[in-house]
Amino acid sequence: MRDQRAAVIVLVIFLVSSVLLLKLFTIQVVDDSFLRRAESNAIQRVVDHPYRGLVYDRTGKLLVFNDPIFDLMVVPREFQVGDTTRFCDLFRISKDELIEGYNAAKSYSRVKPSPLIKQLSTKDFARIQDFLVDYPGLFILTRSVRSYPSPIAAHALGYLGEISAGQLKKDTLLYYSQGDYIGLSGLEKYYENELRGKKGVKYKMVNVRGVDKGPFKQGQYDTLSFAGKNLTSTLDLELQAYGELLMSGKTGSVVAIEPKTGEILAMLSAPFYNPNELTGAAFGKTYSKLNKDASKPLFNRPIMATYPPGSIFKIVQSLIGLQEGILTPNTTFACNRSLVACHNHPSPVNLFGAIRNSCNPYYHQAFRQIINQDVSSNTFKDTEIGLNAWREKVLKFGLGAPLSIDMSGEKGGNVPSSKLYDRIYGEGRWKYSTIYSLSIGQGEMEVTPLQMANLAAIFANKGYYYTPHLVKAINGDPKQIPRKFQEKHTVGVDPHHFDLIQDAMAEAIYGTAPRAVMKDLVIAGKTGTAQNPHGEDHSVFIAFAPKDDPKIAIAVYVENAGWGGRAAATTASLMIEKYLRRTVARTELQDYVLAGNFVY
Amino acid sequence: MKETDVQINRVDWIAVSIYFVLVMIGWFNIYAVVFDSQVEKSIFDFSISSGKQLIWIGTSIGLITIIMVADYRFFENLSLVIYLLFLLILVLTPFFGKEVNGQILSIGVGEFRIQPGEFTKFATALALAKVMERPTFELSKRNYQIIAFLVLLVPIGLILLQPDTGTAMVYFSFLLMFYREGLPQWYFGVGLGAIAITLLALGVENNLYLAAFIVAMVGALIYLGKKSWQRILAFSLIGIGLIAYIYSIDFVVSKLPIHQQNRVMVLFNPEIDPLGVGWNVTQSKIAIGSGGLFGKGYLEGTQTKFDFVPEQDTDFIFCTLGEEFGWLGSVVVIGLFAGLLYRLVIMAERQKTRFSRIYGYGVISILLFHFMINISMTIGLFPVVGIPLPFFSYGGSSLWSFTILLFIFIKLDSSRASQLGRIN
Repeated sequence: MRDQRAAVIVLVIFLVSSVLLLKLFTIQVVDDSFLRRAESNAIQRVVDHPYRGLVYDRTGKLLVFNDPIFDLMVVPREFQVGDTTRFCDLFRISKDELIEGYNAAKSYSRVKPSPLIKQLSTKDFARIQDFLVDYPGLFILTRSVRSYPSPIAAHALGYLGEISAGQLKKDTLLYYSQGDYIGLSGLEKYYENELRGKKGVKYKMVNVRGVDKGPFKQGQYDTLSFAGKNLTSTLDLELQAYGELLMSGKTGSVVAIEPKTGEILAMLSAPFYNPNELTGAAFGKTYSKLNKDASKPLFNRPIMATYPPGSIFKIVQSLIGLQEGILTPNTTFACNRSLVACHNHPSPVNLFGAIRNSCNPYYHQAFRQIINQDVSSNTFKDTEIGLNAWREKVLKFGLGAPLSIDMSGEKGGNVPSSKLYDRIYGEGRWKYSTIYSLSIGQGEMEVTPLQMANLAAIFANKGYYYTPHLVKAINGDPKQIPRKFQEKHTVGVDPHHFDLIQDAMAEAIYGTAPRAVMKDLVIAGKTGTAQNPHGEDHSVFIAFAPKDDPKIAIAVYVENAGWGGRAAATTASLMIEKYLRRTVARTELQDYVLAGNFVY
Repeated sequence: MKETDVQINRVDWIAVSIYFVLVMIGWFNIYAVVFDSQVEKSIFDFSISSGKQLIWIGTSIGLITIIMVADYRFFENLSLVIYLLFLLILVLTPFFGKEVNGQILSIGVGEFRIQPGEFTKFATALALAKVMERPTFELSKRNYQIIAFLVLLVPIGLILLQPDTGTAMVYFSFLLMFYREGLPQWYFGVGLGAIAITLLALGVENNLYLAAFIVAMVGALIYLGKKSWQRILAFSLIGIGLIAYIYSIDFVVSKLPIHQQNRVMVLFNPEIDPLGVGWNVTQSKIAIGSGGLFGKGYLEGTQTKFDFVPEQDTDFIFCTLGEEFGWLGSVVVIGLFAGLLYRLVIMAERQKTRFSRIYGYGVISILLFHFMINISMTIGLFPVVGIPLPFFSYGGSSLWSFTILLFIFIKLDSSRASQLGRIN
C-alpha cells in the first residue's frame, strides 16, 4: 500500500512538470504575440530625419533653408516641477498652460515623452537651456521647418505638410510614416524624392522607465540618414522679388523665361502669400485663412489659370499661314469690319500691317484660307479637315496640352478640334462661319500664362523652345535635372518666317504699348486683351528682348486691368529692364504700375 | 572512529550534483538579471546580486560541510529543540524584526539578517519526522492526526502574523508527506473537491449556473440510487452545503485584503489591468513568452534586464531563464527539478528508519510545492505569491534554508547503514 502511494507521488511530480512544460510550450513556442509585446516594451525605433535639401536661386542666393525649432518635451513620470511659479517665469508660460500641457502629456503616456511647449525659438531655447538640468523629465527635441530668407516665390517653391492618409496608402515603398512632412505643392512636391534625402533608423533599448539602455544588438540593424539634395533653381531672386513688388495688390501672373534654355527666371501669381507663414506651427491657421480667401492666394495662376489668347494668337496664325504658303509678306486683305469688329487703322493692310495694327478682319480672311483649302467639295467636311490639320500645327507651339514643367497642377488650356464642334453643333453642321473667332484667338481657345511666355520664347528663338522648368541643377549637377528639360522642341515653322514677325512685334509696341518702349533697347512685344464676361477685360502682354539677341521672354497677365497696352505692357517692360540692366531707371513708370490705376 | 569516511562513499552524488547544477544555473541567471551592457560589472562583483549570491553559495558549502561531518543522530535527537528554537525566533520576529512593506519577515543584527520563516520549514520537517516516527503513530487515527496537524499549525499561525501568506501556504505541502504516511485518501478527495469547487466558484461569473448544476447532480444521484430517506436527506444536505459554500466564497474574497483579491482576479482574467494589478503576471509572461524555442541568448534578454518584470532576481527569476534560454532552457531546468524530486523519492523509499523517510518526504513536499507554485505564478497558472524558486532565487535565507533542508536528508541517507534495525 505504501509503495503504491510512493508511485502516486512520483506520478504527481511528473504530472506537475508536464503541465508546466506544456503551458510553457504554448506561451513560448506556439503563441508568438509575446515576442512582439516584448519588442514594443523594450525596443524603440527612433527615426533619424535627414536634412531636407536647400533651394538656391540661379545666382546662388539662398531661397529655402531649414530652420531648427525646438520642442520642450516632458516625460510625466520623471518630471518634477518644484516651485510652479518659478518654472512658469523661467519658461514664460502661464500656470494654466503648464497644467494643461502636463495633463495632456500624462494622458498620452506616463513614460513616453510628449511636447510641453511647442516650437521654441532659437532665442528662447538658448535662454532655457541652462535651467533644464534643474528639471528632471524635461528635454529639448530639435526639429526643423522650412524657412525663406526672402518671402517670395511662394507658389513656385511650394510648401510642406503632414502626409495625408491617402498619400500614406499610395506610398507602396513604405518610406513615409504618420506625421512625416512631405512636399504638397511646387518644387517641394515635384522634387520630393530628391529633397527628402533618406531616413535613418536606430533601434535602441529602453528600460521600464523609458531610460535609454544603448543600441539594440550593437546597432547592427541601424541605418544612417542621408541629407536631401540641394536644388539650384532657375529663378532670379531679384527679378522675382521685383515682379512681386510690381504685382502687389493686383491679380494676375508674370512668367519670364530665358528663351535659349527654357529656364524660368521669374514666375509669380498674384495675390501671393508669405511662404514663411505656411510653415511650422502657423501652417494650419494660415492655410485655412488662405484657403477661405476670396482672392484665391493659393491658386497658382501661371499654370492653373486659363484665358483666351486674344490678339497675341494672331502671330501664331501668321506663322502657320507663312509656313503653309497661304500668306506671304505681301498678302493684303481689306479691313472689312462687316466680317468682324476692328478699330481705326489704314486699310487694306499687308501682313506686317496686320500684326502692327492687330487687324481682326485680316485674320478672319487669312484663317478662312488656312482652314478651307478645298480638300473636300463638301464645305462642312472641308472645314473639319482644315481645322484638324490646323490644330496639329498649333499644338506644336506648346498649346492645347500641359507643357509638363516641373510643377504639378499644370493646366493645358484648349485648342479645339472637330470633335468639340461636333459635340456642340452636331457632325457636319458647322463650318468656317461657326469657328471664325478662333482666327483672332477668341472663342473656344484657352491658354495659360506659362504657355504664353513660352510662345514669346518661341518667337524669340525663331521656332524652337525648351520645356520651361524651374530647376537647373541638382546638387550642383545640371545633368541630374529631368531629361525632358534638355530636349529641343521645334514648332515646324522655318526660322526665316520669324524675321517679319519679330520686326512687326518690335514696331507694334510703338503703336499699342508706347509705355513699354525703351530708348536704347529694342523690345519686341504684342498686346492682347483677354475678354472677360464677368467684368473688366484682362490686360495681357508678351514680349522678348533684346530683339536681336533675346535674353528674356515674358508674359504678363493683369486681371481686370483693361487693355493690354497699359498694365501688362508696362509691367513687362519694367521686368525686362530689371533683368537686363539690374536696376530700373524709369521710376515714373514704376510709380505708374505701383499706383495701379489702369482703367480710365 | 572513522564513521565519516565510510559515509562519504554513501553520499548520493546524483542528488548532490543536481543541487550544484541548479545552484550554478541560478547564479548565472542572477547575473543576467543585473547585467547592464553600459556598466559592465563582473559576475564576481560584490556590489551586485550575483557577487552577493556567490557569498551565499560559499557559505552554503560551509553549511553542507558542517551537516555532512555532524553525527546523524544529532538531527534526530535535537529535532524538537531546533523546532522550538525557530518557533521562539518566529514569536520574537514581530517584536525585534525589521518592517518592510508592512511585513516583518527578517530578524538579525545590522547587515546580517535571516528570515526565520524560511528556516522553520526544515525545523518543522524535523519535528514532524520526530513526532511521527514512533511505531504506534498511525495517521489513520484521529488523535495522531490532531498531533501532526498541531505541529504544522503552530508555525503557520506565527507566520500568518508577520503576515506572510505565501510562506504559510508552503506548510500545507506537508500534506503530501502525510499522504505517504497513511493519511486516509478521502481527506485528499474532499480537499481536491473543495479546490475544484472554489476555482469554479471564482471562475464562473454567475453562481446560479453552478447552483443549478449541483441541484441537477444531486437530483440525478437521488433518482438513480437507492431511494431511502436517509440517503435523500444526506444528498440534499450536501447539495445545500455546497451551494452555501459557493455563495460564501464571494463573500470571503470580498473580505480579503485588496491586494490578495486582485491577485485572485488576475488569475482568472490576466488582461484585466495590465498596467496595474496585472502588471507582474503580464510582464512575466511577456518575458518568458518572448524567449521562443531557443531563447534570446545569455545576457541578451531585454525584458528582465530592463526592469519590466519586478522582483526578477528573487520570485520571478524563472523569467530570465525563460527569456534567454527559451523553451529548451525551461525543459532542462524543469527536468532537473523533476529529476531531483524523483531521486529524492527513491532515496526516501530506501530509508531504514521511519524518521529518515518522513523527513525525506518532508523535503520532497516543500521542494515540489515551491517548484510548482513559483513557476506556475510566473506563467499565470497560479496567483502571485511571494515564494522563491529553490536554489535559484537570489537571497541568503532562501538558499541556506533549502541547502540545510536538502543536505540533512542527504546526510541521513548516507548514514542509513548505521541505522540498521531501527526501521519501524
